[in-house]
Amino acid sequence: MSDQLELLQQQASAEIAAAADTRALEQVRVDLLGKKGRVTEQLKHLGTLQGYERKAFGERVNKVKEAIIAAIEARDATLANAQLQQRLAAETIDVTLPGRGDQVGGLHPITRTIQRISQLFGELGFETVEGPEIEDDFHNFGALNIPEAHPARAMQDTFYVMNGARLLRTHTSPVQIRTMQGRVAAGKQPPIRIICPGRVYRVDSDRTHSPMFHQVEGLYVAEKVSMADLKYDLQTFLSRFFERDVEALFRPSYFPFVEPGADVHMRWGDRWLELLGCGIVHPKVFEAVGIDPERYSGYAFGMGVERMAMLRYGVDDLRLFFNNDLRFLEQFR
Amino acid sequence: MKLSENWLREWVNPAATIQEIADRLVMGGLELEIEPAVTEPAVGVVVGRITKAERHPQADRLQVCEVDAGEGRLLQIVCGAPNARVGINVPCALVGAKLPGGLAITEAKLRGVESFGMLCSAKELALSEKSEGLLELDPDAKPGEPIEQYLDLKDNVLNLEITPNRGDCLSVLGLARDVSALFGVQIKRPNLPPAVVVGHQQVRVEIEDLADCPTYTGRVISKLNPKARTPDWMRERLRRSGIRCIQPIVDITNYVMLELGQPLHAFDADKIGSSIRVRRAQAGEMVKLLNEQTVTCQHRELLISDDQGGIALAGVMGGSDSGVGDATTRIFLESASFAPTAIAGSGRRHKLFSDASYRFERGVDPGLQRTALERATQLITQICGGEVHPISQVGRGTPDVVTINLRHARLNQVIGHEIAAKEVETLLARLGIGLRNEIGNVWLAKIPSYRCDLRIEADLIEEVARLYGYDRIPAKPYLAALAPSRPQEGRRSAMQARDLLVSRGWQETVTLAFVEPRIQKLLNPQASDIVLDNPIADHLAVMRTTLWAGLIPVWLYNRQRQINRLRLFEVGVCFELIEGQVRETQSIAGLAVGKALPEQWGSAERPVDFYDLKGDVTALLGPAAADFRFEPAVHPALHPGRSARIYRGAQAVGWIGELHPQVIQTLDLPDAPLLFELDWAAIRDVRVPAPQAISEFPSSRRDLAVLAPEAITADALLACIRKAGGELLSKALVFDIYRDASLGDACKSVALGLIFNNYSRTLTLEEVDSATAAVTQALARELGVSIRQ
Repeated sequence: MSDQLELLQQQASAEIAAAADTRALEQVRVDLLGKKGRVTEQLKHLGTLQGYERKAFGERVNKVKEAIIAAIEARDATLANAQLQQRLAAETIDVTLPGRGDQVGGLHPITRTIQRISQLFGELGFETVEGPEIEDDFHNFGALNIPEAHPARAMQDTFYVMNGARLLRTHTSPVQIRTMQGRVAAGKQPPIRIICPGRVYRVDSDRTHSPMFHQVEGLYVAEKVSMADLKYDLQTFLSRFFERDVEALFRPSYFPFVEPGADVHMRWGDRWLELLGCGIVHPKVFEAVGIDPERYSGYAFGMGVERMAMLRYGVDDLRLFFNNDLRFLEQFR
Repeated sequence: MKLSENWLREWVNPAATIQEIADRLVMGGLELEIEPAVTEPAVGVVVGRITKAERHPQADRLQVCEVDAGEGRLLQIVCGAPNARVGINVPCALVGAKLPGGLAITEAKLRGVESFGMLCSAKELALSEKSEGLLELDPDAKPGEPIEQYLDLKDNVLNLEITPNRGDCLSVLGLARDVSALFGVQIKRPNLPPAVVVGHQQVRVEIEDLADCPTYTGRVISKLNPKARTPDWMRERLRRSGIRCIQPIVDITNYVMLELGQPLHAFDADKIGSSIRVRRAQAGEMVKLLNEQTVTCQHRELLISDDQGGIALAGVMGGSDSGVGDATTRIFLESASFAPTAIAGSGRRHKLFSDASYRFERGVDPGLQRTALERATQLITQICGGEVHPISQVGRGTPDVVTINLRHARLNQVIGHEIAAKEVETLLARLGIGLRNEIGNVWLAKIPSYRCDLRIEADLIEEVARLYGYDRIPAKPYLAALAPSRPQEGRRSAMQARDLLVSRGWQETVTLAFVEPRIQKLLNPQASDIVLDNPIADHLAVMRTTLWAGLIPVWLYNRQRQINRLRLFEVGVCFELIEGQVRETQSIAGLAVGKALPEQWGSAERPVDFYDLKGDVTALLGPAAADFRFEPAVHPALHPGRSARIYRGAQAVGWIGELHPQVIQTLDLPDAPLLFELDWAAIRDVRVPAPQAISEFPSSRRDLAVLAPEAITADALLACIRKAGGELLSKALVFDIYRDASLGDACKSVALGLIFNNYSRTLTLEEVDSATAAVTQALARELGVSIRQ
């Protein structure tokens, strides 16, 4: 009897090990443990035994049965794992192939620069405003203390339209005039703290000049605005824009709509590089828009966006911005 | 403006190097660069006098000269210059000399004749770009004197860029004044006794309007030596200022202008009448100018005229018929003060730019005329001899004294920094501005006549600030005193639109706002263009009415560089004339061409089509997309069967479509691009989200396939379905279109999905079926569409 059990266990072990897949293993399980299985058959012998013998035999058969179940489970796990591995291997893809669908596009470097300038000034409390690009003489020149015969008009050659009745703004400064006029008309007193980014136009076209380019104008009007405020705000902006402590130099200069006027230069290698113009708002500008120059003072500045972009990104040819060559633009993504 | 350093130092000589002077001037607001007087100085060149000149025995073009170079013996030098002749003084490079460019002078034999040196032209000494023959020197030049010393070549040139407000700096005197102020060093004024008047000839002067010409002075100088020669020292200074030598009288007027800042003009007194008048021109009056240009006056230009008509465009240029020449022996010398407003227009209008008009436009000292006239008289009599006649002076004579109030508190407030009263007084005194204390910390400042730019308090504040030094003004941190703005959540910024397109694969471009008229006419024939009066080129002659006019050239530019798949967009202003008024519209537009996707392994290749573009445009409309309709419409530049006008309610807000085949043919374009353009202001506002309750109950879906004529649009089908589906229908969509010959001509099979749902309960089968039936009946009844079984 016991030899038979031993033999059965040996056979079962061999059969389980030989089962090549889960289906074969199931067949082995049924053969051994099913209703008519060989282990089950052994249990039927229990009826023929008595007392101690019966108990001992029962224990042995159960032991064999448990061992077989354990072996089947172990084999089942091994087979399932092998099957999974096989499936995983079969399902393997080349993850180095590129992803599907469209690429992202990109912003133009000028937009990117304007956005950065606007953001940095925005954090200093400047609101962004815009104005028309086709202007009249008053807003572009007259109100900015540039009368008809003023030599400053020769400094910037102007595009005219409608037989001279209108012009393409030569700077973003008319936006400060319009903003101040608007505030006065609405009965609002300063403070005014704005920047005005936008396209401007001058009759000039060569390697370093484009007939259309971009400026950002800044204006701060309040009680007791001074050159000390101007120096702080521009110094702060420049250091943030270039992400380093910029050494800025303020030199006296001339723009008809500011006085005192200044050029701001920054250290660039071993030389000073002119960056922007600025100054204290000229009393005549305040008079032109109806703000009391005795009560309020202000500063204004204007910078070329292309110049800032060229310095920031190391672009040395202005024309690249307007050729819109994808191979150039894509590098700003 | 260029000026010699040595000349400046004759007037003011601070103990500073030229670089230190330049740095101080730059920080004082005068932009300048320093250049050497000669780029490469010659070594071993002296004054030589030709004492003998004979034809070379072997060469027609050469002469054998004997030259006294101060060495005690005469040098034999072979020379090829045609002007080499006995008696003249010329630069002589001795044996051992080194000329600019590296030429070393050695003993040489030229066609068999020995030569011990070389006679030089101006070009050979790097004094000019080109020259004709030897540089002839003054007859009294001393042979043997080194040229460097004789011509004062150890000098620098200050190349100044003077801002328009600082007309007072456009002279040696003016620059000296600023140097004096910046260094606190006195100016040395040369002695200038009035000329002794001998004769009594006078030209009568009349001024029509003192506002145009506050002062006019002039005098006759007669019996001039027509053979006089401009001395070398003056020639050299003029050369360093970039002014060409012409003739002694003209050279002297230029010299005085550079020295004092007063433009002068000399008329040949024998070629003008006995009286002159400063007056505005009549329309059509013509004046023939020194540069041989004849201007026709149309704008009341200011003229100097005699009884025959205009003899000069006042303050700009003299006339050619009245100018001095080689035979002139009697001149009328003009030194006048013209108002900037009277001069500025004339020069610019006729594109005439002279040193005189440059100065008058920027303001010439109205108190300077007599001094300049005397200075010129002094130099003329020194150089050309002559008999001096009395000065004729008309007008105001001495200019009115200008005074300005300056408040100490205001000055400190504008600068943002405390500058002591004593220091303010010192700084302004250096500029020749006298201050008198008034009550209440106010000064009364007396402005010298040459500072035409100082008229208000702010002008004086600037003067104090620049002399004090901008770098000494501290930076003061900003303290917010602003009410924060109140941004609208429902108003999208153009940046958001850009970012959205960028994330969907679009590349932003920035193009010029002026475009080619021909392209624009084809793209937007109905719009009324704004034409530039003065375009820089024919292909950039009109302002864009559509961004497409800029995008198409960008496409072609990139296509030439083998980039065939493009998604380009631009955000920018378009310009149009509407009933004579300019209208500026902020547009957002795009151009798509090439494959639907970049070349890749995992997606079937197909060209981009209308629906790709529409998907992007719909995304751009954002949360408001449901408010918009795409209606078939005809645009002159778009394919009539593949274009739509986009509406928001009743408002047309833009276009989308494929470029019209005819436009493609006319412009000879290589492909058919898809385009869209939207009015940004009309689409930027979206509503602030107001979410509805969501249903907790399952929805039911029914799919229909309908056979519809091609003319029935998806919008028409969906509108009919929505109406018939009633409240239970929560969503209807087209999920397939199928076309087949078996469906019959001009018919399509449209697969529609209907989704039914209710917020408060699960719908019964009967409810869904009956709602679906209502839809199919409505489709059949209203659109003649049948259900495919």
